[in-house]
Amino acid sequence: MVTDRLSLVFGALADPTRRAILNRLTEGEATVAEIAAPFEVSQPAVSRHLKVLETAGLVSRTRRATARLSHLEAEPLREVTTWLARYQRYWDESHERLDDLLAALQSRDNDSQGRPEGARENGTTSGKD
Amino acid sequence: MEPPVGKTEIFVPVGIPQVVVTRAFDAPVELVVRAHLDPELLVQWLGPRELTLTVDRYEVRDGGRWRYVHRDSEGNEHGFHGVFHGDPSTAGIVQTFEYEGVPGHVKLDTTTFEERDGKTVVRTTSSFPCIEDRDGMVASGMEKGVVDSGDRLDALLATLNIS
Repeated sequence: MVTDRLSLVFGALADPTRRAILNRLTEGEATVAEIAAPFEVSQPAVSRHLKVLETAGLVSRTRRATARLSHLEAEPLREVTTWLARYQRYWDESHERLDDLLAALQSRDNDSQGRPEGARENGTTSGKD
Repeated sequence: MEPPVGKTEIFVPVGIPQVVVTRAFDAPVELVVRAHLDPELLVQWLGPRELTLTVDRYEVRDGGRWRYVHRDSEGNEHGFHGVFHGDPSTAGIVQTFEYEGVPGHVKLDTTTFEERDGKTVVRTTSSFPCIEDRDGMVASGMEKGVVDSGDRLDALLATLNIS
C-alpha cells in the first residue's frame, strides 16, 4: 500500500467536482463527455479531475473501441470511510454521552441552587464538590 | 464557523498529520472543562458506550501523568497514557497521548474551550508524528464498528469534511 494512501484519497475527495464525478460513476462507467455533461466545466477540466482520481486509485480507465471509459474503484473509498467512520463514531458517541452528563450536572446544580441552604447540608451529598 | 450543538465535526487536513475534532456543547465553559479534568466525570462519557473506562491516574497539573484503560465486554484492554503540559484549565489542555498497543507513536492533543452565548465550543487538534501514524491510529485499538460497506456513496461522502 502506498504509505500516504489516505492523504491521496482525501486530497482527491477534497474537491466538490471530483466528489460529484464519483457520484456519477456509482451509476456505472462513463466517457469523459458523459461525465462532463452535467457540469459547467470543460472536458479537459474533467479529464484533469479524472487524472487526480486515477492517481488516488479511485478511478480506473479502460478503452472500448474509440471511447475511454472511467470506472469507480470502491476499495480506497472504503478504506477512508472506514477510517473516518471509526473516528467519527468514537467521538460522536463520546460527545453524546458528554451532552447527557452536562445536562444532568446542570440540572443537579440548578436543583441545589433552588434548595434552601439547610436542606443541602442535611441532604445526602455525593461529596464530589 | 462553529458547528451547531449536537454535531461533531472531524476535519482531516490533506498532507498534514493532524485531525481536528470540534463540537459545541450547551453548557458553560467551567462545567465542560470540569467534565474533561475530573476523572470521576471523564469515565462517564469518554469512549463508546460498550467500553468501560477506568482511570488509573489523572494528575491534572503541569507535568502530571495520566493513564486510562478502555475495556470491552470480553475483557480486552486498551491502555493509553501521557503527560499534561502546562496547567490544564479553561484556557486549554495540552497533553501527550500514547496508545500502549503501539508504543512510541506519541501524539500531541491541544484542546481549547470557547464560550459563546452560554454554549461552549471544544476543539481538539491532534498532531501525529507523521501521516502514517495518523492513518494507522484509528485502525489500532478501535476495531469495532466497521462501517457498512453497503452504505450509499453519497451518504458516505456527505459525512466527509475535508479540506
